[in-house]
Parts: sequence; structure tokens; C-alpha cells
Amino acid sequence: MNNEELKEKINGWVSGVEFPENKQYLEAIVPAESLHKLAKLLKDTSDTSFDYLFCLSGVDYGKQFGVVYHLESTTLKHSLVLKVKTDNRINPVFDTVCDIWRTAEWHEREVFDFFGIKFNNHPDLRRIFLDDNWVGFPLRKDYKDDFIIER
Amino acid sequence: MEDVFQDRIIKKSDDYIINMGPQHPSTHGVLRLELCLQGETIKYIIPHCGYIHRGIEKMCEKDTYQQLIHLTDRFDYLSAHINNEAVCLAVENALGIEVPERVKYIRTILAELNRLASHQLWWCAFGMDLGALTTFFYGLRDREPILDIFEESFGSRLIHSFNCPGGLMNDIHPNFQKRIKDFIKYFRKKIPEYDHLLTDNIIFMNRSKGIGVLSKEDAISYGVTGPSGRGSGFMCDVRKHHPYSAYPKVDFKEILYTEGDTFARYKVRIGEMWESMNILEQLVDNIPSGDYTAKMKPIIKLPAGDYFQRVETARGELGVYIISDGNKTPYRIKFRSPNLSNLFIINKIASGYKIADLVAINGSLDLVIPDIDR
Repeated sequence: MNNEELKEKINGWVSGVEFPENKQYLEAIVPAESLHKLAKLLKDTSDTSFDYLFCLSGVDYGKQFGVVYHLESTTLKHSLVLKVKTDNRINPVFDTVCDIWRTAEWHEREVFDFFGIKFNNHPDLRRIFLDDNWVGFPLRKDYKDDFIIER
Repeated sequence: MEDVFQDRIIKKSDDYIINMGPQHPSTHGVLRLELCLQGETIKYIIPHCGYIHRGIEKMCEKDTYQQLIHLTDRFDYLSAHINNEAVCLAVENALGIEVPERVKYIRTILAELNRLASHQLWWCAFGMDLGALTTFFYGLRDREPILDIFEESFGSRLIHSFNCPGGLMNDIHPNFQKRIKDFIKYFRKKIPEYDHLLTDNIIFMNRSKGIGVLSKEDAISYGVTGPSGRGSGFMCDVRKHHPYSAYPKVDFKEILYTEGDTFARYKVRIGEMWESMNILEQLVDNIPSGDYTAKMKPIIKLPAGDYFQRVETARGELGVYIISDGNKTPYRIKFRSPNLSNLFIINKIASGYKIADLVAINGSLDLVIPDIDR
């Protein structure tokens, strides 16, 4: 399925999706509340069948937090990038997708560990790399630590 | 409805818990596996990582693109060159720079030598995990000539940081091609010896056949890539499906097995050693002449935007995701490490087996712990 058909398909399923310019992949900024619904449809529908989540990254955009999902279909060989963003910097929350792509469970733990972004319905949301009693979320842009050397 | 979290772990207070690691020799690094046992049978496994977390992604946010190449060596140190290449390709694609053909050829040759050296080390450690100590000496003996080639051309043996955005740090040594050809001639005789020693060994077969079966659906859903995924029939070779550097010009097979057990993962890696030598033979005599680097500005600033580059390391798919805001340092850089996804399949495929089988399964996943923790 080419990018135009994919766009049409996504617009038919959920409203409020933006498609910004991206040279490499088709990119879709999805409202946070329809992420899980769209993800489920993208995986389960036979002519999209995005069954492989090859990257899940958390991003601190300064005023917003976001999570980026890189998807590929192993059978149809097309790719898609989903982005969700939230303005809530105190308590950022998204829906988990780890019931759709199981690899997301540990990537979401990593995002929680570094950014403090929480995921609804996640079965085991703990820190993955840092110590359990670590204070703060180090990949946030406003993170302060006495040991970081400014240069 | 089928429960998607059927491998979810439910802890009970009377579980018998034992720790494997973080200093256990068969975890190949500082990985701690929390095992719940019933007799000698494993009920569930909880991996704990982070013992060697260095915050490379945070460090990279303060480094220029030339500097952060040197940090990428340090996650999967056995595929150091391929990690370098991933960042270089991401930067070059973002800037729209076409590197000289010579660079593409040399990079591909180095990547395949790296893959060979990595698989050799895996082979010797895997044999040793299963009690075949001789393999360790055989493997390291045959890995030495590759490290010598690296040392002669780049001055270091394991992590060489030989790539830089735009090309290579230096030109290759005049002996480079001859030594590779000598090595291939030598190593082609040695793999049958490996098969004779380990692959056809009945004890080894009993320890690995039918152990730790991973289905294709699970491999895709859990994102298990590389030889571990291809042992389950998951066609995930980035070299084949999203070719980069000189891979579009070479003819090679993607090694696939569908059994999904420990033995299949073993066979994939042995097959890949043969394929790597095929690729090397196609390239080594045809390195075009020319510059070893494209003309680059001393300060690299990527235009604002998102860039993604996928490469195939010896353990699976490495993704580099760069978000640039137009400065000379990346705004955010994320490394999708193959080993993180490969590790967490272990509860699914090793539960219900004995501890000794866990050692075999863990060995067949070929984990490099610094790549998990970054």
C-alpha cells in the first residue's frame, strides 16, 4: 500500500491525524486518545498488517513530551511512523501498545525510566536500567544533576 | 479472547528464587537473571539489566557527530564497525552526501569481517557454555587473523572507530586485500572442522535440538531480529530488505531456518559465516580506486528534522534515530539495540526447561550486555 492510500485509510479510522513532511517515512501525528485504537487497527487489518514495531523512542520536545513508533509490515514491506504528543509535563500519560506489539513492553519501560512518561494498562511499569530509588528522569531536557559537567 | 500477556509473571511469596548473575560466566556479562525454580525446572525468568548502563544517549546529546562515533563503538563492541557505520550513514543521508564508491566497498568488507569475527567468538563461547572447551581455542585461534587485519589497517583490534561522517579516517593498508584473501582461503578449510567438532556431535545435538523453540509470530511481535529471528523464519535481514553501502551490488543468500530452536539459531550463524566469506570474495578484488572520504565541512550541522537508519549488526537490527534541531549536536539520539529486544524473549522460550538448557538458550541468543544497557 502506498503512502496516499495509507493516509486515506488512517483518516477513515480516526479523525484529527496530521501528516507532516518527512522525506524518509510516512509520518502521522495521532491524538493521544486514539493511539491504541489506531495501532490495533493498523496491526489487525489485512491490507495494512503492521506487525513489526522496530523502534519506540521517547522524546522531550521542550514544551511537550512525545513517543515515536516506527512500524513496518513484514509481509507488505511498507513502513509508517506514528507520533503522539502531550502538553502535560507534570504527569505525561499515554496508552500502552504492548498488548499489540509485545516488544513495546520493555521499550516503554525504557521510556518511563528516562522520561517519566507513564503508560496506561502496562503490566509491569518499573525502571529498567536505573536504580529503583533514582530521583528524576535523566533524558528530560530540564534534568539537573550535580555530576553533569556543562560545556 | 486469548490473553496476550500469557507469559506475564505472577510472583508468589513462596516462590523459590535464585539469582543467575550478574557475575555468572554463562550470562556473558553483567546480566542478572532472577530464576524461579521448582526443583531444577525453571518456572519463570525475570531479567534485570542496567549494571553497565552508561547513559550513552544522554552523552551523545552533548557531542558533535564526529565525537559521538566513538561512543557507538562501546555498545555492541563485537560489531563496533557496524555501529559506527549506522551513525555515519544517518548523518550522510541527512546531509545528502554521496560517499565515494571506494568507501562503500571498504565499509562493507569491514562489516563482514566484523560479523565473521563476532560469529567466531559466539561459536567458541557457545561451545564452551555447553561443555565443549576445545571450541574456545579453535574459535579464538581463527579469529586472530581477522584481528590482525584490523590492527594492521586501523591500529586497533576490537573497537576501531575507523568510520567518520563522509568516509573513513584513513586509507587501507597495502596488505589489506592480500591478507583477506589469505584468511578466506584458510577459514574455508576450518568451518568443516567446526562442523566435525560441534555441529555433528551427538551430545551437542541432544542439548540443542528442540530446546527453546521460538515461533515466527513471537519473533516478529517481540522484535527478535538477527540470526536469532532468522532461526525462526523471520525474514529480517536489513542487508537484504533495506540495502545500504555496497550490499545492493553483491549477491548473497539470507540464511533462514524455520525450526526456531537453539540448533536452528546455531545453524543460521554457521551459514552466515559462509555467506560473509562469499560477500568478501565478491568485493575484495573490486575495490575501486579513489578518495577514502568525501569532502566534508569541519563542523557538521544536520538540517532540522528526523532521520532514521537501519543496519544489520552481527546480532540483529540496529536502528539509529536522530532528531536534529539544526545544531552541531543531536537534539535527541536513540539507538534501537538488537539485544534489548532479543533478551526479553528469554522468559517465553526458556520457562519450563532446566537451568542447563537456559545456558544453551542464552548462548544461542548471543547477547552482548553493554548493547542492552547502553
